[in-house]
Amino acid sequence: MTGIVALYIFMLAAFTGYEIIARVPVILHTPLMSGSNFVHGIVLVGAMVALGEAHTPLEKSIGFIGVLLASGNAVGGYVVTERMLEMFKASGARAKKEVKEAP
Amino acid sequence: MSESSAAILIEASYFVTAVLFIMGLKRMSSPVTARSGILWAGAGMLVATLVTFLYPGMTNYEFIIPAIVIGSSLAWWSGKRVAMTNIPQMIALYNGMGGGAAAAIAAVELYRGGSPGPAISTLAVVGGIIGAVSFSGSAIAFSKLQGLIKGSLRFGGQKFLTLIVLIGALALGALVASGFNTSPAVVTGIFVAALVLGVSMTLPIGGADMPVVISLYNALTGLAVAFEGFVLNNAAMIIAGTVVGSAGTLLTQLMAKAMNRSLGNVLFAGFGDSAVAATGEATSGSLKPIEASDVGVMMAFAQKVIIVPGYGMAVAQAQHKIWELCQLLIDRGVMVKFAIHPVAGRMPGHMNVLLAEAGVPYDLIADLDEINSEFETADVALVIGANDVVNPSARLDKSSPIYGMPILNADKAKNVIVIKRGKGTGFSGIENALFYLDNARMLYGDAQKAAAELIAAIKAVG
Repeated sequence: MTGIVALYIFMLAAFTGYEIIARVPVILHTPLMSGSNFVHGIVLVGAMVALGEAHTPLEKSIGFIGVLLASGNAVGGYVVTERMLEMFKASGARAKKEVKEAP
Repeated sequence: MSESSAAILIEASYFVTAVLFIMGLKRMSSPVTARSGILWAGAGMLVATLVTFLYPGMTNYEFIIPAIVIGSSLAWWSGKRVAMTNIPQMIALYNGMGGGAAAAIAAVELYRGGSPGPAISTLAVVGGIIGAVSFSGSAIAFSKLQGLIKGSLRFGGQKFLTLIVLIGALALGALVASGFNTSPAVVTGIFVAALVLGVSMTLPIGGADMPVVISLYNALTGLAVAFEGFVLNNAAMIIAGTVVGSAGTLLTQLMAKAMNRSLGNVLFAGFGDSAVAATGEATSGSLKPIEASDVGVMMAFAQKVIIVPGYGMAVAQAQHKIWELCQLLIDRGVMVKFAIHPVAGRMPGHMNVLLAEAGVPYDLIADLDEINSEFETADVALVIGANDVVNPSARLDKSSPIYGMPILNADKAKNVIVIKRGKGTGFSGIENALFYLDNARMLYGDAQKAAAELIAAIKAVG
């Protein structure tokens, strides 16, 4: 990847992130922060590569900690986001049910 | 599979992952599609992780697999059992882990040495510093919200220390990035300085400002991941990291705006320093206690009741009882609404999550802009465990440290009932002028117990 292409990717991805968030309602701020926290768990693939190419014991130890932390980021981020968003769905369904039950 | 076809498969999979992440985040920004959003993003993560095992020249599988298994199981276990009230600090924790991982990648690359060129070295160093700051800073944020560290620690020359450590980290980083001195000792120095920087930046910040700080560290981790992505020439990391970096920055600004605090103010000003001096003015008058039975009668014969829930309600796990109370009132024909301040709970949107957990339907929950004009027509405003967000000083008292913060105008309701454990001040340590108003009554006690008493009182009315 040449420098200028890398710069273009960086710029376009930055605009994309901004556009996605720009019109989000306050009620979703916490789940969305949690969701974006999950997305940067992609650092796991980098940590895997770093450990996979490590040679000395020092590199291996740091790489091991990196993979450990990164998988915590990815899995933990997924679990808490999913738990939160699942409740949002349930609350909508329950609200509808109650409207129907009302005389 | 040959190396070149593996490389093509990896590139293609990372492309799919990037698309899934962006679509997933997009879906997460609307309540209707939010749940499918996390599933899309999760699928992307799974694809990227699996395909990375095929990376040409990978070794050390005997370390990679256990690390993933241990890290994932611990995170899965903790994520499944954490209470919804503690979600903000768990986000801080997982985010810090991501920052630490980015710093670890930088450390492996920098200790290995070699000469990848000044641009790549600079990105590795800067990403490593940001990741390490996010790691230690998030750890402090977690400890504060979890109650492991109480209060905000400040000492003379703290800002000076922070500045020195920052300059130190950058100077050592410049030595390594320029290739002038890439010895392991200097590399270690960068990371030590960056870790200290994260601690000394976060310690002075008060608990009320923590959501903004967590959001900022979330954005920083994204940026660190993107930078390390450039180092590893990994498109998935570059795109996902950059998207999170910019989205997180905007989210941080939105949160700071909801709290009427500028980002600079959160990071560099000691909140609460001026509060002690400024509280004297509004606290004339007295606190007037009331019995639950009287409140029950008042609410049972009201036409409109607005509930203002705060974090205190969630801590007492009272949201289920409160919803039960509201259902009783609704059955009697009372109009009930919930008024949510943007920072009710520990971060914007947190209270909506907690109410959703208790089963409160969407259409009863209103945000600040929708509900504020309605307080004047409400017979009862029931404030449960909320404090600063209903403090009229924010509107009236220019000397108050929270002056200018948008608040819920609960003071304009005909009767204000405040359920509160004791006479202490709120999270910011500011005295609340609302409690001393003529139309305000205090119902002392634990929110859950008080709600149970109110339910009994309303049932007694018949």
